Amino acid sequence: MVLEAAKNIVSAAAVYLPDDVKNALQKALEKEENPLARKQFEAILENVRLAAELKKPICQDTGMVYFYAKVGEHFPILSKLPEILVKATRQATVEVPLRPNAVDPIRNKNSGDNTGRYMPWIDWEIVEGDRLELWVVLKGGGSEYPSTLAMISPALGLKAVKKVVVDAVYNAGPKPCPPVIVSVGLAGGSDIAMKLAKRSLLRPIGERHPDPEVAALEEELLGLINKLGIGVHGFGGLTTALDVKVEYGYRHPASFAVAVAFNCWATRRSGVIVERDGSTQYLTHKFLNKEVGIHG
Amino acid sequence: MAEYKFKLPVSEEDVRRLRVGDIVYVTGTMVTARDQAHRRVLELVKKGEKPPVDLRGLALYHCGPVVRKKPSGEWEIVAAGPTTSTRMEVLEAEFIEATGVRIIIGKGGMGSRTAEACRKHGAVYAVFTGGAAVLAANAIKRVKEVHWLDLGIPEAMWVLEVEDFGPLVVTIDSTGRNLYAELMAEAKKRLEEEIYPRIGLR
Repeated sequence: MVLEAAKNIVSAAAVYLPDDVKNALQKALEKEENPLARKQFEAILENVRLAAELKKPICQDTGMVYFYAKVGEHFPILSKLPEILVKATRQATVEVPLRPNAVDPIRNKNSGDNTGRYMPWIDWEIVEGDRLELWVVLKGGGSEYPSTLAMISPALGLKAVKKVVVDAVYNAGPKPCPPVIVSVGLAGGSDIAMKLAKRSLLRPIGERHPDPEVAALEEELLGLINKLGIGVHGFGGLTTALDVKVEYGYRHPASFAVAVAFNCWATRRSGVIVERDGSTQYLTHKFLNKEVGIHG
Repeated sequence: MAEYKFKLPVSEEDVRRLRVGDIVYVTGTMVTARDQAHRRVLELVKKGEKPPVDLRGLALYHCGPVVRKKPSGEWEIVAAGPTTSTRMEVLEAEFIEATGVRIIIGKGGMGSRTAEACRKHGAVYAVFTGGAAVLAANAIKRVKEVHWLDLGIPEAMWVLEVEDFGPLVVTIDSTGRNLYAELMAEAKKRLEEEIYPRIGLR
């Protein structure tokens, strides 16, 4: 049952853009006046429609498979989960189909099935209870390319954070397929900052951080980024970023890591809750609650 | 912002009419190549050998498609949007010179070496909407040939027959203009003159 659920979210993520992303793109088109930018938004939305209609992947880069598992301490098959997620990835690769994207960096060989050492990647959180909340993000290579990590001088504080973020978006330019979703992680350790940034890409567009000061920082950064005027695919206009997320962890007095992660406009994510008894509740692609599989 | 429909192979004269911001649709033979296939073509040419396809006048597509083999044994292109072109920047000028390709299609823009090669040899770089993979696949009518599958499916050289493949926005023309470079220069100005002061940086 976990296998079926995992395969379903991978498949659905590849084919159907989540509603929050689709709506944000539609709104961006409605307010846009730049003719080249409008043409790009129209092509994007037509592509999203066609992908759903034909049940084909939205983008040919079906990404690296990232699972985010929030596992209840009493969820029964905890230790079996990695094996199941590998199997789900292999099956979805054949059934959707997904592009084989897992390459051995030493021997430069593609495994052919999107699995390999540390792939799919699994981000674990152990929580109370006995259910599994499982998310998948299909992370495209183009939006991974401009990932940025900066160790700033703590004395400069948030001013330096803002500079790192706007510089990262400027340096990325048209490459990560804007309009992007920008996610910023702040922490003492470099790996912690990037992990927090990556996790925050799961939050829906428009949802602000519960801490009002962090929420205000998110909005300020969004305003600054959209002043750059890079726009959809770099053709200018109002929307360079659809949203900005910020997450933080306490830092070391002498160490301040700023991580900036990107998602392309084709932000493909999907989530499901699997109960102890195997019953499922799909969180983003709710039609899955009625049908069996995306080809069902 | 003129709109053109070109048949491939296309002449140098036609390509030299294009200006940045123009929109083009192409019909005919388009060949995919990413980093590895670029490298292999250039190695062959260096040895005095020919690449498996005569690329003169054709369109080159920076793309690693999702494909499926039909029961008949024929390949089907399922999804085929462009990949980020900057990865090919180090090889593209040589590639244009060695192959005579006229239209390079990708996403994200290319740099000054490619722009110079376009000016010198009569080629353009045009952008297909990034991520619009099904839209692209719909304009691909069939797979004519595939070479170098040993590189993996995304890196192999797919020879495709396309019909009205587009919209492609020309961002490097044969006069030396580079639209992305111009737009990014404007963004840099806004960054330094408007955004930094708002952050409290000078």
